[in-house]
Amino acid sequence: MWRIIHQLGSPKGFYTLSARLQPWVWAAAALLMLIGGLWGLLYAPADYQQGDSFRIIYVHVPAAFLAQSIFVGLAVAAVVFLVWKIKVADMAASVMAPFGAGMTFVALFSGAVWGVPTWGTWWVWDARLTSMLILLFLYIGIIALRGAYAHRDSGSRAASVLAIVGVINIPIIKYSVEWWNTLHQPATFSITERPAMPAEMWLPLLLMVVGFYCFCIALTLMRTRNEILRRESSKRWVRDLVRGQ
Amino acid sequence: MSHVGPLTLREPRGGLGVAVVATLRRDMTLKLRRRSEVMNPLVFFALVITLFPLGVAPESKLLSTIAPGLLWVAALLATLLSLDSLFRVDFDDGSLEQMMLSHQPLAMLVLPKVAAHWLLTGLPLALMAPLLGVLLSLPAGSYGVLSLSLALGSASLSLVGAIGAALTVGVSRGGVLLSLLVLPLYIPVLIFGTGAIQAAIAGSGVAPHLAMLGAMLAAALMLAPWAIAASLRISLNG
Repeated sequence: MWRIIHQLGSPKGFYTLSARLQPWVWAAAALLMLIGGLWGLLYAPADYQQGDSFRIIYVHVPAAFLAQSIFVGLAVAAVVFLVWKIKVADMAASVMAPFGAGMTFVALFSGAVWGVPTWGTWWVWDARLTSMLILLFLYIGIIALRGAYAHRDSGSRAASVLAIVGVINIPIIKYSVEWWNTLHQPATFSITERPAMPAEMWLPLLLMVVGFYCFCIALTLMRTRNEILRRESSKRWVRDLVRGQ
Repeated sequence: MSHVGPLTLREPRGGLGVAVVATLRRDMTLKLRRRSEVMNPLVFFALVITLFPLGVAPESKLLSTIAPGLLWVAALLATLLSLDSLFRVDFDDGSLEQMMLSHQPLAMLVLPKVAAHWLLTGLPLALMAPLLGVLLSLPAGSYGVLSLSLALGSASLSLVGAIGAALTVGVSRGGVLLSLLVLPLYIPVLIFGTGAIQAAIAGSGVAPHLAMLGAMLAAALMLAPWAIAASLRISLNG
């Protein structure tokens, strides 16, 4: 167990281990998303109220899940990087942040598209929508801060501190936004109180969620490998690797 | 022939308390000598409030409903504007490096700096807000709460903003970046700050909102100094 963790900590160890892991994760992601997508879009029964428009849930919910999980992942990577000075953690964080921002945008956009047929509007200042929008700004802040530093190591550490500050603040922001919304107006639309879905509806959703997570892991592995090659390009093992090919 | 004894390093007298008081006194003196830096956020606050009746409508009924939010957002932006200079001068002339080298914990030394910022930005803004509230015909009975909520809230704003200021002090032209980092973190304070004033206008309980502002200040006081110190160390090395 500890040997694997130590191996993951070094860029070279991560590179070789992830090479073995990567195809399996890609395959799982493709399989789950294909089955979940086809099942959800073609075979799941239409909603009795929303008709076919509810099928956007199969993109919207997994994206929203990932948007929040990736931020937690960023903060965990930040702690690992700041405390144990493990560079691979920062490399993973640097490729995860843009993907997380993208997922947040997908969740917001698919939600807006879903809102038109069901709520009759692209946007409401609902607590959940608002906190997702704020999450997007937090992501952009982290990406921008990393890019602002001329010295890469300082940028990495600054982005890590901001990710930790952000993750402490997210629950505070989330609950205060919910408080604000209930103060101003009663919740007109509640996403949480959906009628209980039949299994034909939520099983494909579950497949899609797990598939999205696999996709995220696979993409992070692949992009971290690229980042390792870029940052360690002066190391001997990378040179040997490139020359060998 | 006079006898010269061996050279001894003089231990600085006093401990952490002396250092904190000295830093507070130094920062207050320096800031008070640059009057314009203290005045500018206040003038900015007044100017922004002046713009809204011109931009929206000069109807006192409309203005009085949006006054709590306007006053809070304008005060928040004024605080943000003053943050960039919080560590900038000390960063440029090397004082920050001296602070980092001193044998007092950096997290404790940044606290009086933030306190000086609040005393000369947040507190004056809170005292000035009722005047601007009159211009926006803020309903009577909410002026005290306006000042109180701004005074309490702006202390949290100074503490959280100082993290952003510390992260961007090493970045050239970090002003816009600073607002991008800090504004999302200001949202909870804004919500409970305006909530307190609206509760005062509606006649419902003000205490829960003020208690939440106080709780956020307590949390920020506990956690922010460490983040500020860590950020300053990163900025100074980069």
